[in-house]
Amino acid sequence: MPDPLLTRRRLLFTLAAGASGFGAHRAQAATSLDFDELYGKISVLGLTFSDKVKALAGQTVTMRGYMAPPLKAEADFFVLTEIPMSICPFCSSDSDWPDNIVVVRLTRVQTFEQANALIEVAGTLEVGSWTDPATGFVSLLRIVDARFHAA
Amino acid sequence: MRRLLAALATTTCLIAAADAATVYPLDRATILAGSPFDFKVEFDAVVKPADVSVTINGEPAEKVLGKAPEFIEKEKGVEATAVLLRAVNIAAPGTYKVEAKAGNETKAVTWNVYGTPATAKAKNVIFFLGDGLSVAHRTGARLMSKGMHEGKADGRLNLDDIPPVAFIGTSATNAIATDSANTMSAYMTGHKTAVNAIGVYADRTKDVLDDPRVENMAEALRRTGKKSIGLVVTSEVEDATPAAVIGHTRARAEKAVLVEQLFEVKPDIILGGGSAYFLPKATPGSKRKDEKDYIALFRDQGYTLATTKEELASAAGSNSGKILGLFHTGNLDTVLDRQFLKKGTVAKFPNQPGLVEMTKVALDQLSKNPEGFFLMVEGSSIDKMSHPMDWDRALYETIEFDQAIGLAREFVKTHPDTLIVVTGDHTHGVSIVGTVDDDKPGPEMREKVGVYADAGFPNYEDKNGDGYPDKVDVSRRLAIFSSNFPDYYETFRPKMDGPFEPAVQNEKKEYVANEAYKDVPGAVLRIGNIPRSSDTAVHAVDDVVLQAVGPGADGFRGYMEQSDVYRAIAEALALAPAKN
Repeated sequence: MPDPLLTRRRLLFTLAAGASGFGAHRAQAATSLDFDELYGKISVLGLTFSDKVKALAGQTVTMRGYMAPPLKAEADFFVLTEIPMSICPFCSSDSDWPDNIVVVRLTRVQTFEQANALIEVAGTLEVGSWTDPATGFVSLLRIVDARFHAA
Repeated sequence: MRRLLAALATTTCLIAAADAATVYPLDRATILAGSPFDFKVEFDAVVKPADVSVTINGEPAEKVLGKAPEFIEKEKGVEATAVLLRAVNIAAPGTYKVEAKAGNETKAVTWNVYGTPATAKAKNVIFFLGDGLSVAHRTGARLMSKGMHEGKADGRLNLDDIPPVAFIGTSATNAIATDSANTMSAYMTGHKTAVNAIGVYADRTKDVLDDPRVENMAEALRRTGKKSIGLVVTSEVEDATPAAVIGHTRARAEKAVLVEQLFEVKPDIILGGGSAYFLPKATPGSKRKDEKDYIALFRDQGYTLATTKEELASAAGSNSGKILGLFHTGNLDTVLDRQFLKKGTVAKFPNQPGLVEMTKVALDQLSKNPEGFFLMVEGSSIDKMSHPMDWDRALYETIEFDQAIGLAREFVKTHPDTLIVVTGDHTHGVSIVGTVDDDKPGPEMREKVGVYADAGFPNYEDKNGDGYPDKVDVSRRLAIFSSNFPDYYETFRPKMDGPFEPAVQNEKKEYVANEAYKDVPGAVLRIGNIPRSSDTAVHAVDDVVLQAVGPGADGFRGYMEQSDVYRAIAEALALAPAKN
């Protein structure tokens, strides 16, 4: 588990850096992670995390993707997908999530972004299976203490 | 005048009172003699046990059904009373009038309990289910695969020589429209039910696992004999269609539970996708919410596991008679992606077998059983590609489905005691209207749509004789449209980069056109004609065509309710032989 204090400190540092030369600083503070870098081995009997993901556990990362339709318009968590989701697994009974999703937990409640728009998320990478006690949603990869903006 | 109004008011009240209770199985239910079902009466109010009377043909229900119903004063989450009796059966065929009363509430329904001939006509049944298979899919597959000149097809599909024998009405108990859960459930239980339900009547409680159950095909076969059972699909094996052969739930989305139910029934051959719901929660890629490892559990029961095309080939040589083949964590990719374009998730799962290979292995294994078999083969993605209006993928899927039917037609040459049924579970609003010809003048794609004489003939070619066009993006291709659609960009072209995603959800939870297709040359925005909450094109209510050949095929004719199809199969297999 990442040290929450350390995480917050890093986030504060990032935020502070934002005031003077946001882009340049963040490129150094956070490592960018692509959807096709998440898993090393993909098989019917399960996936294994890539070495890059294992190495970045607890570190600050940025990821680009699309916000899947959330349960409600204002939420503090959402699902980041590689391509825009034409279906809403939260709302539709016969649709399912793709394998390579990342759950994003925000520092504060933010309004849903148009699903057609590419976004960039920054936050701390959490690796390993975790069940959300409120929704029962099982996730393998999460970006926590996160913020996002249009890419 | 006043008297007339008073009389009308009284009549209305009486009708309301008479309809207050609900009896499951519903009125006009057809029930296989001897098959277990749950009997439930839902009253509209809280009533006292002494006020409740339930009779069947004038006798207490207890006497006819062999045990007393459970009295539930208040159902969970409902301010009303119910009586419930699980797993009862009626052995003697005939008409049964059920009357439930509680004070002023009364409801009468009639059931038809049917037997079957004493002797089976068929030893084996192969049930081909093209999910969403509509007439246009058949026509399109024939035009693409075989070609046409001077108005006559240059060849025949395998399904072209199986006689169409019935039109099937697919409506659900709660709507004229329908889905793959209730439709396959009607085929596989003989009872119609509600949208999203499988192997149960949909009761009023919220619990999706407590609804009144009816027996399904797999259970009937296990109860009455020793036939082998096979499921071959290109979807997840716990998806609605295969699940309806074995399962019971009000909500088809309960896929983890459906895997548990699959394990209870243990079909001998299970081939398809959907391993994510077999893996324990701790394994990355799992979609279970518990630590049960169904891969290990099936293996412990003597199943040979196959996860690739190669492993399937070696499992085919095994003698265990039991194969669990899971070739994808989710649905298998379409044949257009697997064999031609290498898009979708083919890079992640490069060794998926197709429907034809899986069907061959299933037939080889199942036919070893001297008692016979029931095999269900589903062309799952005909539907999965018709929803997003990816017609090229849907038609390639139909060609693959047809090639699997070809194996069955070969099989029956040496096994004439086999009934083949080919049908869809529901239709799509899809039609072929002509061709799209890139060589017609002008920049606008709609002007390149050839209609009437201008359509000419498409220029697909199949030089290697594999049954599929060598190239899908030919210059004069089929013009296919859906009668219903969300907002989307019509590109008039095959989707070469992966399956079509016509619409995505916006911040108001409305589906809007996916802008990824906006800049395709010639793309035009079409404003949808279905609610903005619909993500893709929807199922049509149109009848389905059913085809059948072999012993027992004469049981299908004219217009049939989907639930009547079960009875025809039960008769062919003599599942409820008359007792002397």
